[in-house]
Amino acid sequence: MTDTKYTIRGETGDWEVVVGLEVHAQVTSNAKLFSGAATAFGAEPNTQVSLVDAAMPGMLPVPNRECIRQAVRTGMAIDAQINKWSRFDRKNYFYADLPQGYQISQLYHPIVGEGAIDISLDDKNPDAAGKRIGVERIHVEQDAGKLMHDQHPTRSYVDLNRSGVALMEIVSKPDLASPAEAGAYLRKLRSILRYVGSCDGNMEEGSMRADVNVSVRKAGDELGTRTETKNVNSVRFVMAVVEQEAKRQIDVIESGGRIIQETRLYDPDRNETRSMRSKEDAHDYRYFPDPDLLPLELDDAFLEECRASLPELPDTKRRRYEALGITPYAAAVMTAEVEAARWFDALLDKGVAPVAAANWTTSELFGALNRTGKDIENSPVSPDQAAELLGLIADGTLSGTLAKQVFEIMLETGQRAAAIVEERGLKQTSDTGEIERVIAEVMAANEDKVADYRGGKDKLFGFFVGQTMKAMGGKANPGVVNDVLKKMLG
Amino acid sequence: MPVTIATVSKIASLARIAITEEQAARIAPELDNIMGWIEQLGEVDTTGVAPMTAVIPNHLRLRDDVVNADPLTGGGIRDAVLANAPQAEHGFFTVPKVIE
Amino acid sequence: MTELTDLGVAAIRDGVRAGTFSAREVAEGFIANVSKAKALNAFLVETPNHALAAADAADAARAAGETLKPLAGVPIGMKDLFCTKGVPTTAASLILEGFTPQYESTVSANLWDAGAGMLGKLNMDQFAMGSSNETSAFGNVISPWRRSDGGNAPLAPGGSSGGSSSAIAARLCPAATGTDTGGSIRQPAAFAGISGIKPTYGRCSRWGTIAFASSLDQAGPMARDVRDCAILLEAMSGFDSKDATSLDLPVPAWEAGLSGDLKGKRIGIPKEYRVDNMPAEIDALWQQGIDWLKDAGAEIVEVSLPHTKYALPAYYIIAPAEASSNLARYDGVRYGLRDLPEGAGLQDMYAATRADGFGDEVKRRIMIGTYVLSAGFYDAYFTQASKVRTLIARDFEQAWAKCDLLLTPTAPSSAFALGEKSADPIAMYLNDVFTVPSSLAGLPAMSVPGGLDGAGLPLGLQIIGKPLDEQGVLNAGLALEERAGFTARAEAWW
Repeated sequence: MTDTKYTIRGETGDWEVVVGLEVHAQVTSNAKLFSGAATAFGAEPNTQVSLVDAAMPGMLPVPNRECIRQAVRTGMAIDAQINKWSRFDRKNYFYADLPQGYQISQLYHPIVGEGAIDISLDDKNPDAAGKRIGVERIHVEQDAGKLMHDQHPTRSYVDLNRSGVALMEIVSKPDLASPAEAGAYLRKLRSILRYVGSCDGNMEEGSMRADVNVSVRKAGDELGTRTETKNVNSVRFVMAVVEQEAKRQIDVIESGGRIIQETRLYDPDRNETRSMRSKEDAHDYRYFPDPDLLPLELDDAFLEECRASLPELPDTKRRRYEALGITPYAAAVMTAEVEAARWFDALLDKGVAPVAAANWTTSELFGALNRTGKDIENSPVSPDQAAELLGLIADGTLSGTLAKQVFEIMLETGQRAAAIVEERGLKQTSDTGEIERVIAEVMAANEDKVADYRGGKDKLFGFFVGQTMKAMGGKANPGVVNDVLKKMLG
Repeated sequence: MPVTIATVSKIASLARIAITEEQAARIAPELDNIMGWIEQLGEVDTTGVAPMTAVIPNHLRLRDDVVNADPLTGGGIRDAVLANAPQAEHGFFTVPKVIE
Repeated sequence: MTELTDLGVAAIRDGVRAGTFSAREVAEGFIANVSKAKALNAFLVETPNHALAAADAADAARAAGETLKPLAGVPIGMKDLFCTKGVPTTAASLILEGFTPQYESTVSANLWDAGAGMLGKLNMDQFAMGSSNETSAFGNVISPWRRSDGGNAPLAPGGSSGGSSSAIAARLCPAATGTDTGGSIRQPAAFAGISGIKPTYGRCSRWGTIAFASSLDQAGPMARDVRDCAILLEAMSGFDSKDATSLDLPVPAWEAGLSGDLKGKRIGIPKEYRVDNMPAEIDALWQQGIDWLKDAGAEIVEVSLPHTKYALPAYYIIAPAEASSNLARYDGVRYGLRDLPEGAGLQDMYAATRADGFGDEVKRRIMIGTYVLSAGFYDAYFTQASKVRTLIARDFEQAWAKCDLLLTPTAPSSAFALGEKSADPIAMYLNDVFTVPSSLAGLPAMSVPGGLDGAGLPLGLQIIGKPLDEQGVLNAGLALEERAGFTARAEAWW
């Protein structure tokens, strides 16, 4: 990836970091994995809970096809093996957010096997600075409910709205070697999930959280003992966990201690991880196949539909953009977020010149969105409107300067570019006669400079261009101005 | 492997069933006896035999992704969900405070 | 004239249809019997109003000239494992004391849709774990039968559907629901001199039925004869989209298909069912059954089910393992008992609640199940048992190459006295030796009364069929019933 491998300098030498991520991604679906209750975020407590989700006596799970489909599509998007035969297992433990006393998950036979995700640490040159991160598996499982500890002095409150919502657990191999790689992996995974539409990637609402497995070793040594930091809910925090946890482990080892395999929590306020109170039997989950559910068998038609419904994925799209002559950087920026890519594809569909469109989008549009704090989904300018503006630039109606003015007016008023040009007379002039007349005036007013120019001060050419444009209110076609000036000064 | 008092205490704890030392001492030989009887399963040569996955050949049906399609398995029934709760407040179930 | 409460399901249905008597008269007769039979402790909850409302609906429908529903006017008993909306449901366990379901199980809903009414919720072994009804948290059910030697020792009605068997034998209801995980319909039917059928796994929805062992649990009817079982089973069965293991098949017209003529049928006699120490009377009855089926036109063939002896140990891994997980939901948070000792935390609350709420046998099975699934033991126990289960199912498949049905005794003894086996779990488990293998293979199986033993207690014969061949099972049961002429009944002492 980069020539200099990420290491942490300890008292006894340099340490490598080995990181694996288990990402829990909420599957985008209307109803829960095994019941018909809704999955929408933010509902009143226990209003999106069925008898099944509350684990009433005699209740049974029936899987939601869409959740299975989304997991399969996600697997296909990372070139993973799709297992046509998988099973649900029960993971048994007692907790107040787990009404059944077990979580229905997949241990022995996950629906998706090995795949890979390509990450990049260099936006300017994504292909050259890439690394392939292995994905061990993706399985489907139920989310737990939510406990609230701050509502009552002696009681915790239980809300089961999330109980039974479908999650994909996406388990990477321990292929990540730095905070930056962990961050890049998580961003790339999020991007893929959002392209596929299998997860909204909303980390604030908990739609994606990561368990971060970290260990350290000296170069060439065996893998060290790892710790697992649970439920980290932003890219920044994941990167911080990798760094802090690696440093902590190095400190422990270098001061003669041993790393114990344990579960930890990240405290963002103090930027440190701490051990969760260990439960003596936390690791005896007594997995066994869920006898309420038969093996899940996928037929070819189902898989074919899943494959056919996959959109163009970020890497493919980026390479396609690059093939159109767009710079790798602009292509990477444009494809990182699915909404931007969709917007840009819509713009390309209008027949605009790709390179000019990419430049305009990354500089003008993204700049404006940044300024106004808007997402591309809420862009005040539609691809159709942008295409019209770009068309006016391409056919010489608008100069770059005029185009900026027109775009500003578009942002303010929502008017279309052609209408603005028409109404406000912002049309660029290529009328040679008019331009000659103005240049003659400029030359007359600056006879000394004309003489200097003719005497060899070439640099003054820019001065005459500027004076001419100014005199014409920015509406002159710069190309024509150049040509005429050369002739008249020449 | 004999089922000892310690084993009984451990599995009772895993199963979240409170038992006293005396109860564990009484249960241990009983479970040991039962497990000893069950051990005979080890005699069976199961080489190449797949564990049973479906008792009657059947395939797993999948449900359409429709909210509250069947009221018996849908949400929006908070009163019914909370109706039997030993303790519920403000629409929540409540449990003794959990320190995480 | 016969008492209305001596009538079975078909006779009540036909009488109500014909107007020979009203459904209300029938319901009132059974309600009176139920209220007089407290000594049997068969009912946990009596629901006379439910039965009367269904009866009145049947009478009104008849008065209005409407076509009557299949079970119009038939009051039944409901095993307390079925969740019934608005009616307390406990699985005979303290841990569900006070639990009133806000929903109706699919099986009970199907029965009410067919016009049946409910006399009450029937006592049972706690969470259906037991073979004698002694594990109920609400007292033993007593069999109406007594030994003819004059000893009045209270006898076990069998289990786990002991409330059902006792109530039917005592004419407290003409029929009842049961559930069968390893023999819980068939063994109590045999003990009480009645009939009962466990259909193919997946025929009856498990939705709303409190789970014991999901891969084994099946509901089925218990009644006084084969026809009544067929009628009830038709109403209880059917595809249910809420149960992923439900069979998506039409329900055959089993009653219309009844025929005791077994010409062309081959009946297998599994040699491994001749177990050690089997009482001579059971052996003799088995031989008698063979002769009856021959008489009905069947051909008898000997078959081998070589893994039979491993069925019980495999069952006592699989069923407790599933139960240990299925019963984890009883934790004092959302329903049922909560025991919160002073200052207790969440995990202490779980442990206290479950210690107080579950009976000894339930705890024993949860612990066995927890043990066999725990780290390091899973493969040796659970995986091995699941493989042996495959071999047991394969034994049956191989037998079907030689025969259409199997005939065996239902249980290795007649009813034993309460307390006789409760101190020895394995002795109790061995009671299910003939019923467990077919449960592990998901096959339809039925017990019909064959005769009385020397002590005047009923003995049952079991018919086991191929998957989905309930008709074959019922027909062979009918052939036995027609020849056994079983009319003995318990003298009312209660």
